[in-house]
Amino acid sequence: MEPHALTPFDREVDALRGVLGAKEIMTVDELRRGIEAIPESEYHRLTYYRRWIRSIADNLLRKGIVTEAELRAVLEEA
Amino acid sequence: MNFSPGDAVMVKDDWPETRGPVHIRTPHYLRGHKGRVLRYLGDYPNPEDLAFARPAARRPLYHVTFPMSELWPEGTKDDDLVVEIYEHWLERP
Repeated sequence: MEPHALTPFDREVDALRGVLGAKEIMTVDELRRGIEAIPESEYHRLTYYRRWIRSIADNLLRKGIVTEAELRAVLEEA
Repeated sequence: MNFSPGDAVMVKDDWPETRGPVHIRTPHYLRGHKGRVLRYLGDYPNPEDLAFARPAARRPLYHVTFPMSELWPEGTKDDDLVVEIYEHWLERP
């Protein structure tokens, strides 16, 4: 992947990860586990921060912090 | 901690990935290879548990140095690789 300037999306994902860490909801190790669990074909299609948000979503669903219905509703609004 | 700088060590030839869901930070390419302890870095919570939000015991972490030529065919003689490895992944060769 070519180096590129951070997009507003990238910054938001980074900030979200920071908040989840500060509030002790999710560790960097959980983030890594989630990233490494992405199937290879999808992994290579996703940008760096899209891998992060995918792992964050997976972790928050797993922990019950957000429900699938809530996530779906927010995505449909966007 | 069980190891001191200069100790010869071997990375365990263990593959927990084959036994179920795990999160291992010890690189595949080092397993079964011999190196030498460079320095003790402190005790840190075990990432193998942190990755699953389980209570994580603190484990000694070391810088371990490996001759590149023993890891890679194109490695040159005076080149070393330094990797952070937890004590529970090391044994005496």
